[in-house]
Formats: sequence, C-alpha cells, structure tokens
Amino acid sequence: MATEAVALVEGEEPGGLVFHPFDQFEIKPLFGEIGDPVSWYTISNATFWMAMAALCVIGLLVIGTRGRAVIPSRVQSAAELVYGFVYKMVEDVTGKEGLKYFPWIMTLFLFILFSNYLGLLPLAFTPTSHIAVTAVLALGVFITVTVIGFVKNGMAFLGLFWMKEAPLFLRPVIAIIEVISYFVRPVSHSIRLAGNLVAGHAMIKVFAGFAAIAALSPLSVVAITAIYGLEVLVAGIQAYVFTILTCIYLKDALHPSH
Amino acid sequence: MEGDIAQFGQFIGAGLAAIGSGLAAIGVGSVAANYLGGALRNPSAAASQTATLFIGLAFAEALGIFSFLVALLLMFAV
Amino acid sequence: MATETITAEEALAVHGAEAAGPGMPQLDVSSFPNQIFWLLVTLGVIYFVLSRFALPRIGAVLAERAGTITNDIAAAEELRHRAREAETAYDKALADARAEANRIVAETKAQIQADLDAEIEKADAQIAAKTAESQAAIDEIRESAARNVSEVARDVAREIVAAFGADADAAKVDAAVDAKLGERA
Repeated sequence: MATEAVALVEGEEPGGLVFHPFDQFEIKPLFGEIGDPVSWYTISNATFWMAMAALCVIGLLVIGTRGRAVIPSRVQSAAELVYGFVYKMVEDVTGKEGLKYFPWIMTLFLFILFSNYLGLLPLAFTPTSHIAVTAVLALGVFITVTVIGFVKNGMAFLGLFWMKEAPLFLRPVIAIIEVISYFVRPVSHSIRLAGNLVAGHAMIKVFAGFAAIAALSPLSVVAITAIYGLEVLVAGIQAYVFTILTCIYLKDALHPSH
Repeated sequence: MEGDIAQFGQFIGAGLAAIGSGLAAIGVGSVAANYLGGALRNPSAAASQTATLFIGLAFAEALGIFSFLVALLLMFAV
Repeated sequence: MATETITAEEALAVHGAEAAGPGMPQLDVSSFPNQIFWLLVTLGVIYFVLSRFALPRIGAVLAERAGTITNDIAAAEELRHRAREAETAYDKALADARAEANRIVAETKAQIQADLDAEIEKADAQIAAKTAESQAAIDEIRESAARNVSEVARDVAREIVAAFGADADAAKVDAAVDAKLGERA
C-alpha cells in the first residue's frame, strides 16, 4: 500500500497516472532496511506470510479439533469438512492406493489455500504468486509422481506414453507428443497458479492507480470490488485445481495403462 | 533511437499477447456454457462432473494466463 | 496507454532499481534461495503437524462418529427386536396362563365330579348295607317272633290240653300246633 501512496504522490507530477502493480510482490527483509540483501536464511515478508499460512493450518486442524468431539464445534466442523473434501477427492481420483499419499496432498492443498486467502488481505504478501514457490511445489509433485510411477510399475510406467489403442504407425508420434506434454506438466502446473494470482493482484493495483483521477475514482472502487470478488473465487479454485491435478498425475503414476 | 524501436516492439508485442487473454475468455465461456447446457439436460449427472468442469476451466484459463505472462515478460523482463 | 506505461517503466527504473532489478520481482533470481528455503521449511512443518497430529485425530473422530451412529442404529434395532420378542413372550405367557387356567378348571371339575361320584357311591353302599342290615334285623325279629309265637302256642296248647285233663303227648301237641301255624304262615 506504500505503493499507492507513492503512486499518488507521483501522480501529481506531469505525465498523469503512475502504476506500480508489481511492487507488492517484492521480497523484502522483514526486519532492517528496505535495501538489505535477501540471503537464503533472511526472515523476509515471504517467510512471514508462509508462517502465517502454517499457523492458520495448525489453528484450523489442530487447535480447532482439540475437543475431539463426536458432536463437533464450528471450527471442528470446518476442519472435518476440509478433511472430507480432500479425502474424497483423493479417493475418487486415485482410488484406495492413493490414500497413502493423502497427507502430502492435504499439505499442498492447505498451504496453497491459506497462502491465497491470506494474500487477499490488504497489505499482505502472497507467497504463491511467486514462480519460485509454485515451481518448487509443481516440481516436487512432478518428481515424486515420476518416482512413484517407476517404483510401482517399473518399466511398465513407460506404457503411459505408448497408446495401445492408436494405429501402429501413429504410436511413435503420439508417444513423442505424450512425452512432451508430460514434461510440460510442471511448467503449466506452476505458472497456472502463480499467473492467476499475479494477474488478479496486479489488476487490482492497476485499477487502484486509476483512482488518482478524481472522475474515475468511483469506477475504480467498483472495479476493485468486483475484481476482489473474482479473486476470492480464483484463490479457492486455483488451490482446488492444483490439488486435483496432483491427484490426476498421481493416478497416472499408480495406473499408467489408460 | 534504436532503443526506442525496441521498446515500441515490446509494447506492440505485449498488446498482441493480451489478445490471447481475450481468446482464453472465449474458451472459458465455452467450457462453462457447454457444462451448463449438459447440466440442464441431465441434472442428475451434473454434480459428478463439477471436477471435470473445473479442470476444463483451469486448462482454458491457463493458456490465457500464459499469454498474459508473455505480455508481462515483454513489458518488464526483456 | 503507451506514454503512461513508459512513465511506469521509468518510475520503476528509478524506484525499484535497488530492490527488484529490471521489472517483475518474480524474476529476481537473487530472492529465490530465500523463498525456496522457507517454503521447504513451511511445507515440512505443515506436513509434520498434519501427518502426526491433525489427520489421525480427525480420522479417529470421524471413525468414532461413524461407529457411534452405527452402534446407535444397531442398538435401536436390537431394542426393537427385544421389544417384539417381549411382546410375543407376553402373548405366549397369556395364552399359556389361559390354557393352564382352563386345564385347572377342568381338572378341578373332574376331581370334584370324581369325589362326588365316590361319595355318592359310598353313601349308596352304606345305605345298601344299612338296608340289608335292617332287613336282616327285621327278618330275625320276625323269625324270633314267629318262633316265640309257636312256642307260646305249644305251651298254651299243652297247658290247655293239661287243663282239660287229658294226658297229652307233648310231641303230638307240638306237631299239631306247628301244623296249624304252618297253615297260617
């Protein structure tokens, strides 16, 4: 939000509107000066908001359920709802064998969900809007799933790329396409999540920049409200999509024959 | 002068890439419309297909996001 | 648009040069190690907490709830079954009691009848015995009376004969008297 202040100040200058849609994504040390270098162990704003996400997860799933009540409280109800939602997703998509990986998928889902939603708070930083974070998540999924595929099926896992239904002369071509699409998976998996969040947050900042013109400011407020509503939807849907795609990739690894 | 032409090209390219976002919007609309049409024809099967709907939406939207990303890269990273 | 963004570009070049480099902070490679390190730490913490505490607990609660519901339904079923059993048992007991009562009534009736019959028989026998006895006594009395009559008659006849002065043969007199009595008898 310091951004907007700067934008407003600079908006007075000749040249009119000034947009800083990307200042909100800057990684800054949480303690110390703005210009300090960010080394790997520095406690940055990314660290803080990741920790907030982890605390929310613990608050919902551990502290919320400490009653272990057969008739649940509201928080416990919500925790059970999330548990049941992800559990059913894993079971429906991957089958019984996939339930072994349920904690892993639940971790991904909850981290992304809470990062997305906490990022919607004003002044907040969104860890999942950074390609470095989503790339690690997606590559983690990609590598784990590939390893599981080879460990469970051995070389039969390569049958994933060899379509038995296709005519013989088309199979090598299809195999090449399948291999390429397999390796594109982590790319699209990570860019989808980060891109959606960057686009939404940047859009809000762009409309906030228009507020510098008095005549446009009511429109700007309406637009920001509408986009914020869309972002609330997108934050949930992207967490869901990331999770269900993980489940689908896991299913491919567990049952490579289509 | 040369830098100006490069910058000109960047902005033109970013604008063209932004068209991709609009095309993705058509795709997303098509997915949702077909889902709704199918769901109204056979409401009992609709609930079981919401997962497929969201995956379809995500794929269609992802391509729009890619073009948005290309625009961003042209604007800020090149 | 173009002029505006050029301003943005210039502003970024001035404002964000020290922190974010040329443009998007997402592409600032120098911040990657920090993010990746803390991401891995966060994921590790969440995974540890979930797999160690949260998920087993929620799973247990859900299983317990499902178990409780199943048990309650089973218990209700059991109770209904038992109620039905009790009802049939009650009906059966009622029917039994009724049958028993009928049996007792019939038995008692039969007993009473039998007792009555026996008593009547006994009474009849007694009456018969008494009658026979009385008959015998009457017969004896009559016989003795008859014998007395014949003796009295013989004695009287003998005395009369003696009074007439005739030396009567006792035997003859007796025979005559007996003969006369026999005619009357």
